[in-house]
Amino acid sequence: MSMLHLHYDVPGDDFTRAGEASGDVKHKLKRLGYEPDAIRRVAIAMYEGEINMVIHAGGGEATVDIDPDKVDIILQDHGPGIADVSKAMQAGWSTAPDNVRSLGFGAGMGLPNMKKYTDVMEIESVVGEGTTVHMVVNPGKK
Amino acid sequence: MTIKEMAEACGWKLLAGEEGTDAPVDGCYIGDLLSWVMARALSGNVWLTVMGNVNAIAVAALTDVAGVVLAEDAALDEAAKARADLQGIPVYTCPENLYETALKVAGQLNG
Repeated sequence: MSMLHLHYDVPGDDFTRAGEASGDVKHKLKRLGYEPDAIRRVAIAMYEGEINMVIHAGGGEATVDIDPDKVDIILQDHGPGIADVSKAMQAGWSTAPDNVRSLGFGAGMGLPNMKKYTDVMEIESVVGEGTTVHMVVNPGKK
Repeated sequence: MTIKEMAEACGWKLLAGEEGTDAPVDGCYIGDLLSWVMARALSGNVWLTVMGNVNAIAVAALTDVAGVVLAEDAALDEAAKARADLQGIPVYTCPENLYETALKVAGQLNG
């Protein structure tokens, strides 16, 4: 059982609401007194994940478990899945449509950013079923 | 110096987020690609950009920048203005381009 268990629905196709979950987690970590670097890493990784779910999967769910030595994040969607995960992890590789690019996203940096800012990042994806991303941030590491 | 003092010295006009204008500024970041900015802009930076959408405000909130300056009169859309007001993130506008705006910021930070 974690110290704090949080659950969020990330609505699909609504860019105006992306960032609500990561923003809320950020505020909670701040109030709990986590170090700024860990808070920043969690916020960046989670926001990129939220944006991915909005762009590619019609939304999804975020589950966050907060403990003193780790923040555990699970992002789950029932979107189209990722056919080639290793390709998707390459910086600059993107399948985002033009309207997403005009918003300032879709440059193929989302997953690489998530990997860069977390201590553990695992992707499980099944084409036609969806994608689950598991991330862990350990305060004081990286 | 605060973002409010910098804005007055540089001639920027406030569009939203007045509540946050006492935030101190100690640096500057420039960019429009949100994933890039999110990973690099630092707390206390003034962020110069042309991206005036709600996602830019979310990035400003996540990175704890002191404020956002929309160069070349770039528009701040309604949803973004509402979010900036709600979260107390100052957003300014100015007619100069990013380079000219950055020069003014440098003058203030180094002066």
